Amino acid sequence: MSLSTQSPAPNLPPDKQREMLRRMLTIRRFEERASDDYLAGKIYGVVHCYIGEEAVAVGVCSALDRGDRIISTHRGHGHCIAKGADLNRMMAELYGRQTGYCKGKGGSMHIADFGIGMLGANGIVAGGIAIVTGAGLAAKMEGKGGVAVSFFGDGASNAGPFHECLNIAATWKLPMLYVCENNMYAANTAAAATHALGDVAARAAGYGIPGVVVDGNDIFAVYQAANRAVDRARSGGGPSLIECKTYRWRAHTERRGMADVRDPSEIEAWKGRDPIAQLERQLREQGYLDDAELQTMERDILGALEAAVAFAEASPFPLPQQAADDVFAA
Amino acid sequence: MRELTYSEAAVEAVAEEMRRDPKIFYMSTDAIAPLVREFGAERVRATPITEAALTGMAIGAAGCGFRPIVDWRQVTFCFVAMDQIVNQAAKIHYMFGGQVTFPILYRASVGGGGLTAAQHSQSPYSMFMNVAGLKMFLPSTPYDIKGLIKTAIRDNNPVISFESGRLMTRKGPVPEEDYTVPLGKADIKREGSDVTVVALAWLVHEALAAAEELAREGISVEVVDPRTLVPLDRETIRGSVQKTGRLVIADEAGPTAGFSAEVAAIATEDPATFARLKAPVKRVCALQVPIPYSPVLENHVFPDRQRIIEGIREVLRGGAGQASAA
Ligand SMILES: Cc1ncc(C[n+]2csc(CCOP(=O)(O)OP(=O)(O)O)c2C)c(N)n1
Ligand SMILES: [Mg+2]
Repeated sequence: MSLSTQSPAPNLPPDKQREMLRRMLTIRRFEERASDDYLAGKIYGVVHCYIGEEAVAVGVCSALDRGDRIISTHRGHGHCIAKGADLNRMMAELYGRQTGYCKGKGGSMHIADFGIGMLGANGIVAGGIAIVTGAGLAAKMEGKGGVAVSFFGDGASNAGPFHECLNIAATWKLPMLYVCENNMYAANTAAAATHALGDVAARAAGYGIPGVVVDGNDIFAVYQAANRAVDRARSGGGPSLIECKTYRWRAHTERRGMADVRDPSEIEAWKGRDPIAQLERQLREQGYLDDAELQTMERDILGALEAAVAFAEASPFPLPQQAADDVFAA
Repeated sequence: MRELTYSEAAVEAVAEEMRRDPKIFYMSTDAIAPLVREFGAERVRATPITEAALTGMAIGAAGCGFRPIVDWRQVTFCFVAMDQIVNQAAKIHYMFGGQVTFPILYRASVGGGGLTAAQHSQSPYSMFMNVAGLKMFLPSTPYDIKGLIKTAIRDNNPVISFESGRLMTRKGPVPEEDYTVPLGKADIKREGSDVTVVALAWLVHEALAAAEELAREGISVEVVDPRTLVPLDRETIRGSVQKTGRLVIADEAGPTAGFSAEVAAIATEDPATFARLKAPVKRVCALQVPIPYSPVLENHVFPDRQRIIEGIREVLRGGAGQASAA
């Protein structure tokens, strides 16, 4: 894989390509806002930002239908937005309000919207892989051609559920995409120190399924790999493993003074390979985007985020006694 | 009435529900042959030995509209799936604000008596009672296990069916016609007036035998079988203790922070029940040890009817005004 050349734009309608850019920009601006509000004390607990990795979530989700299902990780905002989640309810959840996706019971690490096939962010590393494999089994049993996608990190790829689920999905030919977001670190531990092989995708051979490495900052490369895997899954061919090499720009979490062991020059080099700037350039080259359109897009996104924050701030906190609600379903 | 074994009654419950609802499917590392014959290998799946994956896959399938059953077999095997049980199944309905339901039945065989040593004999239900978001039961008869499994399959929550290994081949009456047993409803297996014995599973039968023996001496023992552990039927337990004034709790698990401790607290923290107590509460439990292999050791670890009788005599001695050294 060469990280210096970009995949040519696939033959996709301009609207679809612009929508990819809009979603990536929305993720970035959402998280910039979430980080500010976190540091201002309006958002609590822990916030993990996806900035720098937006091409993975958007590239994969652009190859999916609304009825397809995904599961996320502790770093989940990007997957939510890529799958079409509502910004108001996401922001309200971060703000801990009643109107949030989880009525204020989940926060950043637990946003879910089953209505759009987003089966939740998950606070346990590798915790979602088995759950979404069950969604893949459900899709197979439903027999309507649905697929399920597991997003997980390089760190999670060393945990048991990854191996158990790849084996069972391969054995049962489940319509699954296993998408490893290899950002080269698990918190402050370099993948090189914890992986016996450089490429997670190489493990696919052990399960007899396709495993590909793609440039995770190149949205068209991600999209095309996902598309091939989706076709294979929908036609009964079974699961695929896609490893997206990418990088997180910010520290592991937004906590003030959070340690970051990474070499600043490494971070700068990856910022030079901004997935959003790359897509923007490709759109311009194709004549699908000009300055005015980009400004409008930015303005619309910032407007939507202002509205989301206003919605969150205007929403009530849960009542203390609501802590007892929903332990069990009716 | 016809008789079935405890394990036959459980399988019959599953089969009846699977006939009724095509959304139900079954996963186990060893598929139950009659179920495979009737429903096929797609709905009754023999799986790789990956309890963590199965436990989690059930959650995902349930969230997508199915009603999975996962058979862990020995309860000790589910410990490899603790993340999926405790962090995922128990919590995500709540953590996601109740937006979807996760109807799942997990089955597990518990208890000792099989001389299979510590990694295949355990009664760890109290560990799970401590986790909010899981329902669970532990029946003592074929009738109860069938009715409870049917109810659990129809429930919209993760429910654990703890099933007593010692009782698997025990027979009992099971009606041909459809019935269910509600979750959260205890059953008074024998009425009495001098002492209440709250017992679970195999120890219900030991308590009944103890009651029979003591009846010859004119001691009247009430045997309460909670059947469901979560939600626990506090009212029936308290009502019985208020009537008899004495409480013995018999459990095949150890006492520490256990089911027996919970029942003792239910009786003693309620002012109306506490006021009627004529003697300290007595727990008759397993020793707090990993279950050993050799029959001499295993028998020593578990309570039985003899120890229940001793416990009953102790609370009868410990009447008001008679300080009893324990
Ligand atoms: C089972 C478990 N162990 C440890 C943690 C703490 N933790 C949270 S994120 C993280 C690193 C995860 O790395 P990776 O899977 O590569 O995802 P990334 O953060 O890079 O997106 C760790 C160790 C956890 N949440 N769950
Ligand atoms: Mg990582």
